[in-house]
Amino acid sequence: MIYLDNAATTPVVPAALEAAWPWLTAEFGNPSSTHELGLRAKNALEGARSRIAAWLDCPASDLIFTSGGTEGDNLAITGLAMANPRGKHIISARTEHEAVLETLGFLERVHGFEITWLTVDYHGNIDLAELNSALRSDTTLVTLMLANNEIGTTHPLPQIIEAAHAVGALVHTDAVQAAGWFDLRVGKNGTLVSSVDALTISGHKLGAPKGSGVTYIRGRLAVEPVLHGGGQEFGRRSGTENVAWAAALATAVDALSESDSEALRISALRDEFISQVLTTVPQAVLTGNPVDRHPAIASFTFAGLNGETLLLELEQRGVIVSSGSACAAGSNDPSHVLIACGIVPDIAQASVRFSFSHSTTAEELNVAASALTDAVASVSGLGR
Amino acid sequence: MVAYLDHAASTPVRPEATKAFTDALVHAGNPSSVHRHGQAARALVEDAREYLATVVGCQPIEVIFTSGGTESINLALVGLFRAAVEKDAKRNRIVVPEAEHHATLDTVLWLQEHEGAVLEWIPVDKQGRIDVVELQDTLERAGTAVALVTMLWANNEVGTIQPVTEIAALAAEHQVPLHIDAVSAFGHIPINFAQIRTESGATGNAGLVALSISGHKFGSVPGVGALVVSREALLEPLIHGGGQQRGLRSGTLDAPAISSMAIAALVTDKAFEQEHARLLSLRDATIGKIQALVPSAVLSGDPQNRLDNNVNFTFPGCQSDSLLFLLDAMGVSVSTGSACQAGVAQPSHVLLAMGHDEREASSALRISLGHTTTQEELDEFLDALPDAVERALQAGTTV
Repeated sequence: MIYLDNAATTPVVPAALEAAWPWLTAEFGNPSSTHELGLRAKNALEGARSRIAAWLDCPASDLIFTSGGTEGDNLAITGLAMANPRGKHIISARTEHEAVLETLGFLERVHGFEITWLTVDYHGNIDLAELNSALRSDTTLVTLMLANNEIGTTHPLPQIIEAAHAVGALVHTDAVQAAGWFDLRVGKNGTLVSSVDALTISGHKLGAPKGSGVTYIRGRLAVEPVLHGGGQEFGRRSGTENVAWAAALATAVDALSESDSEALRISALRDEFISQVLTTVPQAVLTGNPVDRHPAIASFTFAGLNGETLLLELEQRGVIVSSGSACAAGSNDPSHVLIACGIVPDIAQASVRFSFSHSTTAEELNVAASALTDAVASVSGLGR
Repeated sequence: MVAYLDHAASTPVRPEATKAFTDALVHAGNPSSVHRHGQAARALVEDAREYLATVVGCQPIEVIFTSGGTESINLALVGLFRAAVEKDAKRNRIVVPEAEHHATLDTVLWLQEHEGAVLEWIPVDKQGRIDVVELQDTLERAGTAVALVTMLWANNEVGTIQPVTEIAALAAEHQVPLHIDAVSAFGHIPINFAQIRTESGATGNAGLVALSISGHKFGSVPGVGALVVSREALLEPLIHGGGQQRGLRSGTLDAPAISSMAIAALVTDKAFEQEHARLLSLRDATIGKIQALVPSAVLSGDPQNRLDNNVNFTFPGCQSDSLLFLLDAMGVSVSTGSACQAGVAQPSHVLLAMGHDEREASSALRISLGHTTTQEELDEFLDALPDAVERALQAGTTV
């Protein structure tokens, strides 16, 4: 069995579970309690925060532990948009994850925000000139993901940040899919996310358990919380802190290999896989930017074939993949990302995403590529 | 640690719940994925939904999993409020008792500040009981302008149990949705969602429609909770995204933690009768002994109608923080009140709402029992208490 759906979720790293274990068993204290058991939990929580802060090169107090990427996106976007007095204008793109799209829809519907949707080209690229002309004196926030979860296209974050900051707008980036593959040091010059105002990470995409996540919000920026209550997480996210998952997340982060060399290695495998698929499967068309893309995502459309049948055929051959985002799986609607890229629904429904892990091998990808050739051959006769 | 008596803050994970959690970890898939890995995780989540539904007396589809009690409460309050206002802009009032948990208080205050909510505060009496007459008057006066009523089933600090069926009937009669915060009640009071709805005459979105619980209060791993939401409730989501869980709560489901909570609920439910009797007897003996050891100590909350695991006293002339510190040094973990407020030295808002002055409200200790509590632990606490009180009296109060 070859698991190539790592963009949906990753297995939990054993070390992360070991780190969580004491906080799931003997050390059950509530970190807000002032007795010794509570203080030990608090120390573990802050230790985890510091380790993640070192990875992101930011002050530990800029990090908010959440229940995952969806909550993080909700918090960063709603929190910054509502607390920022500049105005009620936000810029984004329709290729964002649903967690971003639906949050923006909520701000539009309930709080009267105006959203400018940047157009994207066939590869999912935005046009920086269009961004520049969309920025206004009342633009509060620009939210654009670092790397697309379905088609892998990366946005030019440094230029986006520069343009937004030039007019005083804030920038949030959904780095859920990027984490573990890109240098996310927000405090270091020259990274893609250098001086970004907010950045969202989900644990289960990088070897930590589902239900873990962390969102960076820079310095003294005001944030309206989404969850109100006991005032935990510096008043930005109430609710008893999940010490076990914080420890697991920090440990999964520590276990990530050096992003740069790892990304290069997998990028090379990815390119080889893409060219193999494009050569052997005549119907295959690569989606997303061929060059500026996520190291671990290879996504295609297969015009004229039935996407769901193709997935089943692949699964029968031991290759686990998906058609796109897991959140939308099971629904027959074509991917909103592909539609935003101008791909017609008939072709968009026949899409397959292969997403790799740090341990994916050339051998596995060879097997996957020939399984794909076989699967396409057996589906081709069926038509749609 | 000699004695852990802060179960209301967080209770040890039950071994069965730990096992359910580790068993579930082997299913690594995303429950929303259609391939077999995803479907195995999905099956775990759906089993958990059924188990929990059985325990709380609702349909599986009515269980919405969350990251914990605070999120459940936020979802209920914000969700019911927004849905009500969206349907009828004049329905912008929230009826809320004064001694609620901070997850409720801070949420309604936020809705007041940001979304135009008008708050109708209902007083509580000296024992923390909701003034039902005042609640009824409010519903009669403002009923058609009320978006929702929210209340604690049982107070997390002083343990007072509220007349939920009576209030649920009032809400149903006045065509207003009711949310119950059952975070501290679950496992200590039998809960049957459908039965309350039937007995109180709930129909559609009127009467009891939502109920919050939190896993780590009854022996699950932390970071998981649930909101029971009637199928007929009108509720807007709080966390937006992929549209999981009836679109009411987006976000990838934490299948292992969800399994853990469901098993903890089953085990808690199965042991209920025996455990309830055991805790009642430990609680009452402890109350009696505290009164004998420290005659000046005053029991807070309803003496009869109180949670089986709650003991809360004020110690006149003592500062809670000093008592807590002195007891902690002797290996006894207790609390001044809610753990969420524990880091901050301030009088309990619950005791203030019950009519205590600041000095009294700053002299409280909550001793909360749980499934691992033994007589020996309580004896350790009782042995340490007189000395701690004496030294705290010498230290005096700062307010």
